[in-house]
Amino acid sequence: MKKHIFLLVIIALVAWSCSKTDEEFLDRPSTSILTQEQIFSDPKTTLSVLADLYNRYYDFGTVEDWSTMARFNIAYWSEAGRYPVFQNNGWGYGEWSTWDYTYIREINLFLERCAEATELTDEDKTRFLAEARFLRASYYFELVKRMGGVPLILESETYDFSGDASYLQHPRETEAAIYDFVISEAEALKDILPTDANTKSRATKGAVLAMQARAALYAGSIAKYGATTPQVSLPGGEVGIPASMADGYYTKALQAAQSIINGEAGAYALYTKKPDLSENFSSIFYDKANNPEAIFVEDYQVGGGKTHYFTGANQPRFGAEEEEGGRINPSLQFVQSFELTDGSYAPLANESGGEPIYYDNIGDIFEGRDARLAGTVILPGSSFKSTEVDIWAGVVLGDGSVVSGDSRGQEKELPGSTGQVQVVGFDGPIDGLEFTAQTGFYIRKYQDPATGSGRRGTQSDVWFIRYRYAEVLLNAAEAAFELGQSEVAAGYLNQVRARAGITVPLTAADVTFDRIVHERYVELAFEGLHFFDLKRWRLAHVVLDGNPISESEVTQNIGVATKRETQPYSIWPYKYYNPGDPNDGKWLYRILRLSRVTGADRFQMGNYYSEIGQNLINNNPLLVRNPNQ
Amino acid sequence: MKAKFYVLLFGGLLLITSCELDNYNEPDAILTGNILYDGEAIPVARNQVRFELWQSGYGSPAPIDVAIAQDGSYSSRIFSGDYKLAFLPGEGPFRAPTDTLYFSVSGDKEMNLTVTPYYTIQNAQFSHAAGSIDASCSVNQIISGADSRAVERVTLVINRTLFVDANSGSEGSIAQIDAEDISDLNNISMSVEIPSDPTKPDQNYIFARIGVKIEGVEDMIYTQVEKITF
Repeated sequence: MKKHIFLLVIIALVAWSCSKTDEEFLDRPSTSILTQEQIFSDPKTTLSVLADLYNRYYDFGTVEDWSTMARFNIAYWSEAGRYPVFQNNGWGYGEWSTWDYTYIREINLFLERCAEATELTDEDKTRFLAEARFLRASYYFELVKRMGGVPLILESETYDFSGDASYLQHPRETEAAIYDFVISEAEALKDILPTDANTKSRATKGAVLAMQARAALYAGSIAKYGATTPQVSLPGGEVGIPASMADGYYTKALQAAQSIINGEAGAYALYTKKPDLSENFSSIFYDKANNPEAIFVEDYQVGGGKTHYFTGANQPRFGAEEEEGGRINPSLQFVQSFELTDGSYAPLANESGGEPIYYDNIGDIFEGRDARLAGTVILPGSSFKSTEVDIWAGVVLGDGSVVSGDSRGQEKELPGSTGQVQVVGFDGPIDGLEFTAQTGFYIRKYQDPATGSGRRGTQSDVWFIRYRYAEVLLNAAEAAFELGQSEVAAGYLNQVRARAGITVPLTAADVTFDRIVHERYVELAFEGLHFFDLKRWRLAHVVLDGNPISESEVTQNIGVATKRETQPYSIWPYKYYNPGDPNDGKWLYRILRLSRVTGADRFQMGNYYSEIGQNLINNNPLLVRNPNQ
Repeated sequence: MKAKFYVLLFGGLLLITSCELDNYNEPDAILTGNILYDGEAIPVARNQVRFELWQSGYGSPAPIDVAIAQDGSYSSRIFSGDYKLAFLPGEGPFRAPTDTLYFSVSGDKEMNLTVTPYYTIQNAQFSHAAGSIDASCSVNQIISGADSRAVERVTLVINRTLFVDANSGSEGSIAQIDAEDISDLNNISMSVEIPSDPTKPDQNYIFARIGVKIEGVEDMIYTQVEKITF
C-alpha cells in the first residue's frame, strides 16, 4: 500500500511540474557559441570576426612560406627535397590558381550582418564595413591577377533546395571589369578609411590608394603589352584588356600614387633612418618602430601567438640557431644586376682576358655597387647577427686545380705544407649539400636580426610588407613614363635610387622601359611582385623560354628586360694558395652552374592565366576556360 | 603449420573471390593515328601538342588529354564508347578542324586526323663536319592569304638523346636564325656546334631536327628526328 502512495505522489509531482514556462526554462543560452546578435553588438567581437577575415588575406609570396618569396630562378633553393624545382622544365596550367569564393561569401555575410547591427556606433560600423570592402577588393585583385576575369559576387547567396541551382551560376566578368571594380572600390573607400600612417596592419587611406595605384598600373600594362601576345586573350574579354584603355588606367595609377606621394594619405616617406645605406635598406623590413615606408603589412608578434620561421629557414648555416637555414640562395644573375654607384651595369669582375682577377679581401669584388645589393643579399665576407659568414668554396693551387671538401669546414693537407688546414667554408658552398650557400650567397631581405628569430621555439615577428612607399614611387614612375612624362618618372626613380646610394641621377632621356623593369627587379625582389610584373608586361614567356643559359651568356645583357631567367647560376669564391707568389692568400671567383640545375624553365602561353579546374566548370558551365589550355 | 595452411587457404580464396568485386572492365580499346597533312605526319615537340577526347554519359565530364608524339602520331588506351574529339584553340603549329569530331570506338581503332599546317619543312639535310652539325632545308608556306602567319625563326636542334625539341634541356644545343636574317625561305642553311661535356660519356652519334617557329603560335613545327652517326 505504501508503495502505491509513493507512486501516486511521484506521478502527481511529475504531472504538475510540467507547465507552459518549461520551454523558456530549458532554453539556455550557449556558453560556447556567440550568436550573430551578440557578435554584432560589441565592437570588440565584431573586430575579431574582421581579424579572421584579415588573417585570410591572400599573398602570392609570404614570409610564412619561404619558397614563395624566391620563385622563377631569382634564387636557388638549397634544400635537398626542392632540387627538382630546378630539374623540371615548367609549370602545370593549374599552378598559382586561387578560387576561394567561401572567403568572398564570408566577407559578404560580414558586410550584410554588420550593416544590420543596431548597437554599434556609426563610426565603428563605417570603419568595419570599409575594411571588409577593402579585403574583398583585395581578394578580387588577387583573383584577377592570377585567373583573369571572374564572377563578381557582391552579396551572399542562398540555395533554395529546389533541385535547380542554375540561378547560382554566374559567368565570368571581363578582366577589365574586375580591375574597374577594384579601382572604383578604392575610390569609394579612400575617404572613409582613417588617414593614419601609423596604422600598418589595418586598412587605411594609404593602403587603399596603394592598392588602387597598383591595380590601375597592372590593368594599364596588360592593356598595353597584351597587344604583343594576342593569343593570350579571350573573345569575351575575360582575359585581355583592349589597348585603347591603357592610358586611362595609367592616368588613374599616377593619380592614386601621387595622392600618397603628396601626403594626402598621411606622412609616408622613404625609410632613411640609418647612415649605412645597406643596413638602412634591410632595416625597412624589420624595423617596426615608426617606419614611414610601410603602408600595409601582415604583422606578427613573438609571444603573441603569431610568428613565422622565415629567418629559421634562411639564416646562414654557420652559427645558425638551429641545424638548418640557408635555403634561399640568390642567383649570380640577380647579384650582378645591381648597378655600380655611378648607375652603370657591370658583370662581377672575376676574369680579365681569361686570367682570374685576385682580390685582397673576399668581399672586394662586390665593392662600389648599389647599396641595395648588400641590403638584400648576404655576400661572402659580410655578417649576419654579428657573425661573419664563412662562404668560400675551396683552395685554388698554383696550377689552377682545386682542393675542396664535401662537408662544411672540412680540413685537408695542402701540397707543400704540413698539417691540416680548412679548405672549404662552414657555409659551403658545396654543390648539392643543402643549407650551404650554393650560389655563393644567402638572402638578407626579411631576415630578422633579433636573437631567437632562427629558433623553432621562438621564431620571428618581422612583418610582411604588402605595400610600401618605394613601390608607390616606382608605380608612379612607370605610369608617368608610359604616359610620356619621362621627366616626372625620372624624379620618382631618382628618389629610390638616391636612397640606394646611386650618385648619378637619371635624366628624362635615360628613362626607358628596361630601366623601369630593372629598378623594380632590384628594389622589389623577394617581395612576391616580380611574377606579376613578368606577366603583365608579357615578358614571362620571353625570359622563361625553356632554353638553358650558357656560361658565356650569363654575364651578358645585364639590365635588359628580356634577359633569360631560366636557370640560376653561381659564383664561388676561392682562396689562392701558391707560396711565394704575390697573389698567395688572395681571393678569386669562378662562375658555374650547379650540377642539380639541369632543367630550364619554360613559361607557356597557357601559364599566363591559371587554369580554372574542370570541377568548377562542371558545376558552372558558364565559366569559359582560360586561353591556350 | 596448420595456421599457415589456413592463412594461405583463406588468403588464396580472398584473392580469387575479390576479383569478382572489381566489377569494372579495364579500358579495352587503343585509339591510334597520325596528325596528317597531304598524307604525311606532322612532327611536333613531344607532349606539347594535345587534343581532348570527351566521353559522355559517365557523371562529371572530364577531358582525356591525348598528347601527340614527336613523330606526329598519337595513341591512347580508352574504353569502347562514343567520343567527341576537339583541338583546343591555338594548339599546334597548324589549323585544326574547328568542328568537333564525333566517333565511336569499339575495340582498337585507327584514325588519322587531317590538319593544315602554316608551313611545312622540305628537303631537310643533315651532315656532320668537324665537331658541328650542318643542316639545310626549305620552308614552304601552306596557309596563305588572310590567315597566313609569318615565320618568326628557324631553329636547328641537336640532342644526345632521341627526344629533340627546342625545350629538350641541357643535353643538347640549338642554333637559331631569326626571320629578319633569312633571305630565302627555300634555301636555309645553319650550323650548330656539338657541345662537349667531360661529365658525359662520348658517343659517336647525335640526334637532330629542324624546327620553325611561327609568329603568334606557341608550338613549333619540326622535321622528323634524324640520327647522325660520325
